Amino acid sequence: MNEVEINNEESIVSQSGGLAMFAALVIQISSSTKTNDKLESLAEYFTLADDKDKVWVIAIFSGRRPRRIVSSTLLAEWCTALANIPSWLFLESYSTVGDLGETIALLLPDSAVKKNKGESLSYYLEKFIEIEKQDESVRKKFIIDSWQQMDHAERFVFNKLITGSFRIGVSQKMMVNALSKVIDLSSSVIAHRISGNWDPSTTLFSNLLSSEVVDVDHSKPYPFYLAYALEDEPETLGVPNEWQAEWKWDGIRGQLIKRNNELFVWSRGEELMTEKFPEYTILKDVLPDGIVLDGEIIPFKSSQVSPTGGDLEGAGKPLPFAVLQTRIGRKNITKKQLTEAPISFFAYDLLEFNYEDWREKTLLERREQLERIIPQDHAAIHLSEVIPFKEWNELSDIRKTSREMNSEGIMLKRKNSIYQVGRKRGDWWKWKIDALTIDCVMIYAQKGAGRRSNLYTAYTFAVKDGDQLIPFTRAYSGLTDKEFAQVDNFVKRNSLEKFGPVRTVKPELIFEIAFEGIAASNRHKSGVALRFPRMSRWRKDKKVDEINTLDDLKAMLKIYGK
Amino acid sequence: MNLINFTDKGLYCPLGNFYIDPWKPVERAIITHAHSDHAYAGHKYYLCHHYTKPLLQLRLGDNNYESIEWGETITMNGVKVSLHPAGHIIGSSQIRIEYNGEVWVVSGDYKTEDDGISGKFEPIKCNTFITESTFGLPIYKWKPQKEIFENIINWISKNKETGKTSVLLAYSLGKAQRVLQNIKETTQTIFAHGAIFNTQQTLINAGWNLPEVVRITPETPKELLKGTVVIAPPSADASPWMKKFHPYSVGVCSGWMQVRGNVRRRNVDAGFALSDHADWEGLLQSIKATGAEKVFVTHGFQSAFSRYLNEENIAIAAEVKTEYGSEDEDAPKQEVDDTKNEQ
Repeated sequence: MNEVEINNEESIVSQSGGLAMFAALVIQISSSTKTNDKLESLAEYFTLADDKDKVWVIAIFSGRRPRRIVSSTLLAEWCTALANIPSWLFLESYSTVGDLGETIALLLPDSAVKKNKGESLSYYLEKFIEIEKQDESVRKKFIIDSWQQMDHAERFVFNKLITGSFRIGVSQKMMVNALSKVIDLSSSVIAHRISGNWDPSTTLFSNLLSSEVVDVDHSKPYPFYLAYALEDEPETLGVPNEWQAEWKWDGIRGQLIKRNNELFVWSRGEELMTEKFPEYTILKDVLPDGIVLDGEIIPFKSSQVSPTGGDLEGAGKPLPFAVLQTRIGRKNITKKQLTEAPISFFAYDLLEFNYEDWREKTLLERREQLERIIPQDHAAIHLSEVIPFKEWNELSDIRKTSREMNSEGIMLKRKNSIYQVGRKRGDWWKWKIDALTIDCVMIYAQKGAGRRSNLYTAYTFAVKDGDQLIPFTRAYSGLTDKEFAQVDNFVKRNSLEKFGPVRTVKPELIFEIAFEGIAASNRHKSGVALRFPRMSRWRKDKKVDEINTLDDLKAMLKIYGK
Repeated sequence: MNLINFTDKGLYCPLGNFYIDPWKPVERAIITHAHSDHAYAGHKYYLCHHYTKPLLQLRLGDNNYESIEWGETITMNGVKVSLHPAGHIIGSSQIRIEYNGEVWVVSGDYKTEDDGISGKFEPIKCNTFITESTFGLPIYKWKPQKEIFENIINWISKNKETGKTSVLLAYSLGKAQRVLQNIKETTQTIFAHGAIFNTQQTLINAGWNLPEVVRITPETPKELLKGTVVIAPPSADASPWMKKFHPYSVGVCSGWMQVRGNVRRRNVDAGFALSDHADWEGLLQSIKATGAEKVFVTHGFQSAFSRYLNEENIAIAAEVKTEYGSEDEDAPKQEVDDTKNEQ
């Protein structure tokens, strides 16, 4: 450690270490507008913080928080009582701040009790784990005592540790880059080490990121390589011959790992999902040992003949994402789900073969080996086919049939590309089909969260059905800050009614909503659910009698809903 | 007895036949303070505090202005009218109206902390009090200004060390004077945007002992500005005018900076929750101190605030719709373009 830095008044350690130092880091990062400054703050933290706290910071910013020890409702209740305000006023405050942890930190009365002794971040997190299963009164006492010994910044991060993610713009990539500045490992190695299954309360910093090869946990996935959207014409990519085209599947990106004769399934969100897809269990006997596959988890019914002789509906191609949604988030998979939404793995890359890291090999080599590994005619695994094409315009025509394949478009990968870490330009592109769109009117508005707090930025939209307006979707994104400010102003001046945080507004503002898919839904009054809806255009040129109708939506459902 | 009616032109006293801060042209207007959402052009006669007069002249041009001292009583059609410090900005006043022993007070905008230049807010005993509610939620609790200015001064010296110019965004009337007064020791020369320079100069010419600022013009050399402090109105943010200060760091001085979401939305480097309005406790204490049995709540969180006053039996409260709340902090989003007279 460097003495000069410790003496520097502006250094974050001067904030007395422990949780206060972490709070200073969070505040510095969240108030900084430049990626480089954020990176510097993180690197400084990783240089100066206690090893145990560093491990926890890596865990927190890579989505490995301890389980939540109390519900938001209880936290809100305790704060309301301490602040001595009615509960409606708490809600009013919350809807203005847009962040529960921050609302509580702002409302708690200034502490009269003496200040804490600068306990570390790991102290609080380990305490959470310790008391997680204990009686509510124990947890309540710990939280209230902690609050009373904290200043505003500490309270804020403490509440965030309990309630949810920080959303301060620290990506995994940024954290990896910060770590690579302070330890002697390459960023791709760091990214690999901090992925997968490890427990921050038992993992030592020196083990997690030592420069010697350690006995790595054999479930560990590789960081995913992600593609950017192709915005120009594909001709800009050069010779077609250098590129491999595949369908872009609409499922969950995943890695299927078989090591030591055990099978692991990871999602892109680095969630171990092996248990959720019992269909894959059988693959243990089919795939060779020591491999890692990159691919898509999608619902798929094999092409087969039904008992009555006809083709089964939806047979032979992936089913819509909505079918998969019926299974995600469920703890127990029922027999019915297994028959109605069977899952397959569409493999498109090979990252490890024979326990060897293959990421530095070319796509061509990886693909060749992949094709040898994937069995034919297996219900649980398929090779994601390569689309043959000679000219770009030929591929462009094929792309137009994407929706019929239940695909979102085409992936373009450079044949001689290595498998990189994270989202990188150049070698992998997603060439998506144009979104579906519909014109509709805004009827409800609600305040947003985070940087949109206290602004009406979450809207509900309706289509026409005779002289009625039928709500069919919500959307929060797609407008510029300036447009949001204008809509916010409109909402404040044209509210008809208030229901809690929701305002009914005069149906006047028309928007074009773009979306990626449409499915039948009995949870919605309109009977449809959209995939990835967002505001693509503010149609200031249109009036409310010119919007689309419920029948238009139903027609879209008929064409695209399968 | 209603001493004030809420009309579509503004707050009207039928007995005295005058308006307070009307937003449509009227015969007689009493002006609480010189912010543009309270002081409109087009009235025939204006009455305000001595300190407000030069500011109205600057902003509205020549008119029939009459000005009086705090505590001085004048009578209009038998209605006694007097002005009392509101502590919001220089010259800001509460308007006390009395008829037959009944007293109403219109607070205008006010803050309870004495900032050293805007006069010390004094609660006036009354039957009915008309209050603003810009920061009428319990999440708004201000720190003492001494503490906030310590933070601002630390921020400035940190910027200086790294060779950055500190650009502080503050409304040209009110916040800018308060900030200047409190940071004048940190640096020899303070540079300012023209809108702020004009206001500052007007006040200095009117006899105020306020720090001089140097106006930034297209001719101001870039090197001269390096590592200095620049005060600019919020609308200058992200405008080409700022290019000259590179490298710089932007700090916003506004009560809205209390909530992180606002700081992030503004995309600035630092937010200082420095407000010229009363915070939640300030509003409550002021209302209690007036002893008013009836309270009308204007611009801000008027629904929540009046509900709270009713439920806690602090007063019988009702919300009132006005056209106030578009200059200075009243408008966190559609900030007023007070640079429009510039460049």
